[in-house]
Amino acid sequence: MKQLIASIAAACLLAGPAFAEGNLNIYNWGNYTPPDMIRKFEEKYNVKVTVTDYDSNDTALAKVEAGGHGFDIVVPAGIYVPIWIEKGLLLEARPDQMENFKNVDPKWANPTFDPGRHYTVPWQWGTVGVSVNRKVYKGDINTSSILFNPPDELKGKINVVPEMNDLMALAVHYVGGETCTNDMTVLKKVRDLLVAAKPNWVSMDYGTVEQLAQGDIAAGMNWNGSSFRSRLINPQLEFGFPQEGFPIFMDNAAILADAANVDNARLFLNFIMDPENAAMISAYARYGNGIVGSDKYMPEDMKTAPEVNIPPELAKAGFPIETCSPEVMKIYTRIWTDLQK
Amino acid sequence: MAVTQPNTDLVIANRRETRNRWLLLLPSIVILLAAAVGPLIVVVIYSFLTAGDYGGVVWHFSWDGWLGVFTTSDPFDGTLSLANAHISILWRSVKLSFLTTLFCLILGFPTAYFIATRPVTQRDGWMLLITIPFWTNLLIRTFAIMGLIRNEGLANGLLEWLGIIDHPIQMMFTDFAILLGMVYVYLPLMVLPLYASMERLNFSLIDAAYDLYATPFRVLRRVIVPAVKPGVVAGSILVFVPSLGAYVIPRILGGGTQLMLGNLIELQFGQARNWPLGAALSLTLLVMVTVALIVYVRASANEGD
Repeated sequence: MKQLIASIAAACLLAGPAFAEGNLNIYNWGNYTPPDMIRKFEEKYNVKVTVTDYDSNDTALAKVEAGGHGFDIVVPAGIYVPIWIEKGLLLEARPDQMENFKNVDPKWANPTFDPGRHYTVPWQWGTVGVSVNRKVYKGDINTSSILFNPPDELKGKINVVPEMNDLMALAVHYVGGETCTNDMTVLKKVRDLLVAAKPNWVSMDYGTVEQLAQGDIAAGMNWNGSSFRSRLINPQLEFGFPQEGFPIFMDNAAILADAANVDNARLFLNFIMDPENAAMISAYARYGNGIVGSDKYMPEDMKTAPEVNIPPELAKAGFPIETCSPEVMKIYTRIWTDLQK
Repeated sequence: MAVTQPNTDLVIANRRETRNRWLLLLPSIVILLAAAVGPLIVVVIYSFLTAGDYGGVVWHFSWDGWLGVFTTSDPFDGTLSLANAHISILWRSVKLSFLTTLFCLILGFPTAYFIATRPVTQRDGWMLLITIPFWTNLLIRTFAIMGLIRNEGLANGLLEWLGIIDHPIQMMFTDFAILLGMVYVYLPLMVLPLYASMERLNFSLIDAAYDLYATPFRVLRRVIVPAVKPGVVAGSILVFVPSLGAYVIPRILGGGTQLMLGNLIELQFGQARNWPLGAALSLTLLVMVTVALIVYVRASANEGD
């Protein structure tokens, strides 16, 4: 009899997801969610996790706003978090009162986009900069002029990731403006700069890991972790931190206001603030994570990677990217449409 | 009385049949109304509203969406001018769709003729070959083309190996790449209707023409083309209309800088957060397709008759 019960129990365990205690639906950037960490979460809490990808903040926002999405967790960029909160799309889950919140780096514990962390938990942070194929160009790459006044070798071989806020922040600092400035002379300079630079760009597209590695493009505006992953395929690729100023961003996990699996979502937020799990995120997507103590679980190549460890002499050029006012956003959009024609 | 009785029965039977037909049609009519006309009304309404700050619409009447289709005001000095960006995208869409149709016709015509002139037992096999591309998802086929034409891809590698070029030719992210992708994807849509009308062609007419000393070109022009014209018209429409609204192919092979109308519309609903403009652009596309269809069908019906 005991044997029978044991074998039934074993069969139940083997059946896996069918007997899971629940579900969790994560809506995250593509190529960003480590499968091994998801498996660990599934096994630990006996929850079936489904991950769906998006390619931009706007895609995610539009889809969730439309309703009927069925997602529990979303991972918007910091500058979008205030929009998500203002629209009432996020649940005030109070992650700041969760057990593992003590692990959050003080630098990231009270960000301007979510004061006191009432809604969101750090996922990963990174920088916007330039990736360059050193086989094609050997000069200084710690400058935005790679994009805006490119050397002849790179003309017609540049991709710019179509993330409007990143590009605008980079360009505003390149012409000497302040983040989110509404100074019209600066913004006009930005427009003229970008319109003049665009003929040198071959594409404005996401998914650059493969294209950089395969040589479709020789340089581009990129995120440091993405550049890191391209380098692992093609060692010729290097990442530059523009000395004129480079934006620092953070993507943050949050629970949706209309989530169906709130309890599992809370477990997940707490789970990713555990240093060992945060290290798994970084090991996969190759960005820093904002969780203290995750370093010692990181793979060796992560600790020494030039893409993740900002050179001290360039560190002061980094600035946090911010949510600009609607009037500035309107001008950004106008410039943007002119660029994408 | 005895004579009229069957007549009345006939009338009743006819009425019943008509009613039954309408009842049978009702589900599809309802679905069409709900799925096509309903959203269209929403799109028309949205095109006359004000754009929200973070996407969506504000319920406040505005001409801005429609004005934005053809005009643009400089954000810095406010001067109004023609929307060059939109017009160049519009022109690219029309140009590429026209070229796609033309190349599909040039490639599809001999293909369909070849199949139609095979023995009856072999034709099905050849037609099966034409439909093979449909077995794979459009997205995967488009990515496969990317693998062929990228700078370090098969085509450039082969040309370099043969010594024809010493630097890879930039094919990705150009109009050429989009055209190649569209011709490849839409070619079967041209071959199928062409074949259908060629299959019905009476080949003894061709023999008769030759017996009367017609040149091969004359046979083509005076016998084959007039007979298969319905196929040419149907094929051209099937290729031109989806080309005009193409989205995936220019998105992947055009690299985000060579926008077509479909991508411009998507942009308005996404990053640009201008839903009224997106709605107005969608309606512009709809009008363009309708006008193109009417002109084309009229022109091909008049000529030759």
